[in-house]
Amino acid sequence: MEFHADLHLRPDLNSLGHTKELVEKSAELGYDAAGVPLPANVTGGEIRSLRDLFTAVGMELVLRVDLAPKDSADMLRKLRNVRRRFEVIAVQCYSKNIARQAAKDRRVDLLSFPSADTRRRFFDHAEAQLAAAASASLEIDMAHLLSLQGAQRSRLLSAFSREALTARKLDVPVVLSSGANEPSLLRKPDEYAFLAYLFGLDLHRARQALSENPQAIIERNRRKLSLSYVAPGVYVIRRGKDCPGV
Amino acid sequence: MRRRYIAVKIVGDHEFEEGDFYDAVWASILRLFGEYGASQAGLLLVDYDRVAKQAILRCSREALDLVKASTVAITAIRNAKATVHIVSVSGTLRALRKKVRNPKSTC
Repeated sequence: MEFHADLHLRPDLNSLGHTKELVEKSAELGYDAAGVPLPANVTGGEIRSLRDLFTAVGMELVLRVDLAPKDSADMLRKLRNVRRRFEVIAVQCYSKNIARQAAKDRRVDLLSFPSADTRRRFFDHAEAQLAAAASASLEIDMAHLLSLQGAQRSRLLSAFSREALTARKLDVPVVLSSGANEPSLLRKPDEYAFLAYLFGLDLHRARQALSENPQAIIERNRRKLSLSYVAPGVYVIRRGKDCPGV
Repeated sequence: MRRRYIAVKIVGDHEFEEGDFYDAVWASILRLFGEYGASQAGLLLVDYDRVAKQAILRCSREALDLVKASTVAITAIRNAKATVHIVSVSGTLRALRKKVRNPKSTC
């Protein structure tokens, strides 16, 4: 069975009831894993109680952090602090400089453009080239698409189409996320794939964006965070008594 | 004209009348694809169960993607929050009803 992940579920972490409701709905709709943006100073206890909530409904919790840096230096500082503690790092690109810096940095997994204002979405050809070289993915939040109406939605669809086309041309993986902060904005993975038809992502690619692409990010980063990771491409495969002749 | 049948499930706190649901689907198609797109859909509400909150829509095969996208884009019916989930799609009504009864595959 296919693995489905929603890397951007946005429960109100201060409300256990709301978090539970959103996680249960997500499980009911067929997701196997969900990424919840956590504050950078989240404690082990908070993570454990959140993980229990996910385990109870048969889902995996993916530890995600959303960075919204003021400038490039701020981004580098924040990245240093969070890289070894979170499984997915997303950078909210509010300016072109930050978007460029984030696309260059191999520690960044997701380039996120939170603004529905199309003038503040900076995923162009140059950005895609940098992202492709650094293995960063473009994240498209579907909640905007469901909550906007009229001309605003038309403009957003046009921006999504442009971004999806640019990503395809330059082989930048796309990740479709719900971005939902309430159950009514959540849809099944296949339904998001149907919605992606609106911005020209064919069904095959849309399904990849909900399954293989997020799964690749999660697995890559879990490997990096494991004790056996040494450097890119270098892992400890045997230790101590497992090493014959040493 | 080849057709497709779509079984859907309505999720919301209220019970909606058949007309309200059908209007919401049409409105969503009109918003997303305009009058021309809507004219190509060949949309028809075949069955509606108000209590079970289930419905069956029929559309032309060529407009299937359009109708699926418009249906899942619904966020409200008659100003009340609601979502519509696609349960199954089939080429004949009989096969669709069979699939809905034995839900192995979905969309």
